[in-house]
Amino acid sequence: MPSKMKKRILGLALGSLMIGGLTLGLASPTVQAKSKEEPKNQTYYQIKKTHKMQWGVKGDTKLMGLMDIKTGKLQGFDIDMAKEITKRVDPKAKPVFTQITSGTRIPMLLNGNIDAIIATMSITPEREEVVDFSKPYFKAGQAILVKKDSKIKSIKDLNHSNMKILAVQGSNSLQNAKKYAPKAKGSALQDYATALTALQSGQGDALTTDSSILYGMAVDNKDTKVVGGNFTDDPYGVAMAKNDPKLRHAINHAIDDIKADGTYDRLAKKWFSDVPGMSWKEVAE
Amino acid sequence: MQEFLQAYSWINMRFLLNGLWITGIVSVISILLSFVLGSVLGIIRYMGVKYLSRIVGFLIDLIRNLPLLLIIFFTYFALPKIGIHLNVITSTIVAMTVFESAMLAEIVRSGIKAVPKGQLEGALSNGLNFYQALWYVLLPQAYKKMIPPIVSQFVSLIKDTSLATIIMLPEVTFRAQTIYAQQPKFIIPMFLMLAIMYFVLNFAISRLGGYIDRRMAS
Amino acid sequence: MWSLFTSHASDFLTGFGWTILSSVIALIGATILGLGFALLQIVPNRAANIAGKIYIEIVRNIPLLVITMFFYVVVAKVFHLNGFVSGTIGLTLYSSAFIAETIRAGINSVDTGQYEGARSNGLTWWEAMRYVVLPQAIKLVIPPLGNQFVNLIKNSSILAFVAGMDLMYQANMISQTTFDTFGPYIIVAIFYLMLTMPLSYYMRYLENKLEN
Repeated sequence: MPSKMKKRILGLALGSLMIGGLTLGLASPTVQAKSKEEPKNQTYYQIKKTHKMQWGVKGDTKLMGLMDIKTGKLQGFDIDMAKEITKRVDPKAKPVFTQITSGTRIPMLLNGNIDAIIATMSITPEREEVVDFSKPYFKAGQAILVKKDSKIKSIKDLNHSNMKILAVQGSNSLQNAKKYAPKAKGSALQDYATALTALQSGQGDALTTDSSILYGMAVDNKDTKVVGGNFTDDPYGVAMAKNDPKLRHAINHAIDDIKADGTYDRLAKKWFSDVPGMSWKEVAE
Repeated sequence: MQEFLQAYSWINMRFLLNGLWITGIVSVISILLSFVLGSVLGIIRYMGVKYLSRIVGFLIDLIRNLPLLLIIFFTYFALPKIGIHLNVITSTIVAMTVFESAMLAEIVRSGIKAVPKGQLEGALSNGLNFYQALWYVLLPQAYKKMIPPIVSQFVSLIKDTSLATIIMLPEVTFRAQTIYAQQPKFIIPMFLMLAIMYFVLNFAISRLGGYIDRRMAS
Repeated sequence: MWSLFTSHASDFLTGFGWTILSSVIALIGATILGLGFALLQIVPNRAANIAGKIYIEIVRNIPLLVITMFFYVVVAKVFHLNGFVSGTIGLTLYSSAFIAETIRAGINSVDTGQYEGARSNGLTWWEAMRYVVLPQAIKLVIPPLGNQFVNLIKNSSILAFVAGMDLMYQANMISQTTFDTFGPYIIVAIFYLMLTMPLSYYMRYLENKLEN
């Protein structure tokens, strides 16, 4: 075989391999539309088969889901709930935790990176269009956190064009706050860690999100305080992919059981009894 | 001063060093994979195979002209859609490899091109075929000259790994943020430590690369 | 895809505008700073050389994200800088180190005989630079400098980390309200390519012209 020919053939073989690899990342958007018709209850059977339940949880939210620097493990009310739910969905299963942000959690669930989300996620009509929710497991509402020396007393005080409200991406808290303070500007940051640091650095006048999260921040950051009480009522639920009624049923059943056998009260007391301004008896929805 | 001592407690340092380890692992694996993939792509570009080199060239240009942040996003959210489930670390490695391969392909191509034409002609007239000439004559000389740009790509890679905080890769920058979010008084010590860690690591690599380069040249 | 674009056109275009604005400011700032630090490294003064070297080595070896976050959360405590400003400052400083190195390499590649000839003809160091060395260096430096500009535009996506309103930030926001993780990113990818591709190709054209 002439060498020029060989050169072409080898080049072609190698090349097509590489192009395949390289285009994978870019071309796949076109593939997504096809694989919509998935069989029912896929995640549920997957959990039963592998004995692993993959949870998307928060890692930057004190009390609910926080990375413990000492142990490198995640801990909080949501994490404990996930452990208890897992036990009741499949007694042999182990929970696996993946840290997510408000911005990445829904795509990760839809893409199948995780089986369920328990991450301070409010049940909203918009979200219910793309994911399924369990029954509510936690009473939550939105409030604002300000610096201790701030003159702001409630969300209404933020309704000026020179005010800036901080929030995180992927949560609906900025839109909610804008309903009460339409003139204020908004900045959405990657995660609560950055948002809190931004508030302390004077990048905004108030940080808005669920009060359970804000109380956790205020415990550790004495230079901040929660003001004005809750201005919305958005209970948290466990989110999972649509088309999985068996999983939803199992999770709902688990939540009922956790509440009935006293586990819920034990966890609520463990996490919220020492938090100023919060009553652990009132978190159940 | 007190704050610095508290900030650099063994608990915090261990947490950060675990992150630095992840930064290192991701960077090393990515640069090795990119070296192989980038070489193959660079050679294809150099050979000028009909159509194929054009297509490869276009893809390389496309990737080189996009922000790495976008490629990280695509990889993390695109691959699961076609049934490939990767954890955060693997996903970052894939994204980095795709990006760096495109960078290295150009370095390899211009490296081979810089070898004087006479060398290839001489090798071919001595009875070597094209691949033998490429393997024994062109590539060794080209790679020798490519050490400095490859080292600087490796340094970029180590720095760029910090962008994967956006998909929650628990590398060193992400971990420093985790620490100062929980203990805001450690914010300045944490930034200082991050700067020291990156600087020492990258400066050492650059120097080592320079040393190897000089050894090879002499 | 098209309907996604039309329904969020103003967001995408706003992002595009902020990306361009940040890139242009950083480009001008980084070029001036870069030229300054390049000269600082070659002036006949040892202390200045070392100062220039230290700046460049530090900035080059630290991630852009760390520099930007430093301005956004630490410096902002003293001087109020919003996300856009912090991001643009970070981008300017980071790019300036690479531009300085590019310019220095260009100056070094000008034949030293030219500089010596100029000096022996009675020109001062500064005059020799200004009238003999720099004009020649500029020609050599333009293609690699252009590639640094491409990097700068790509790196402007760092603004997304500090709510800097840029293209990447808009894509994040849109993808989170529409739950579409592809469309918005594909659209911003096209916007980025509109800026970077022509610049890259033009630089390659200049490079080839210079070689021949």
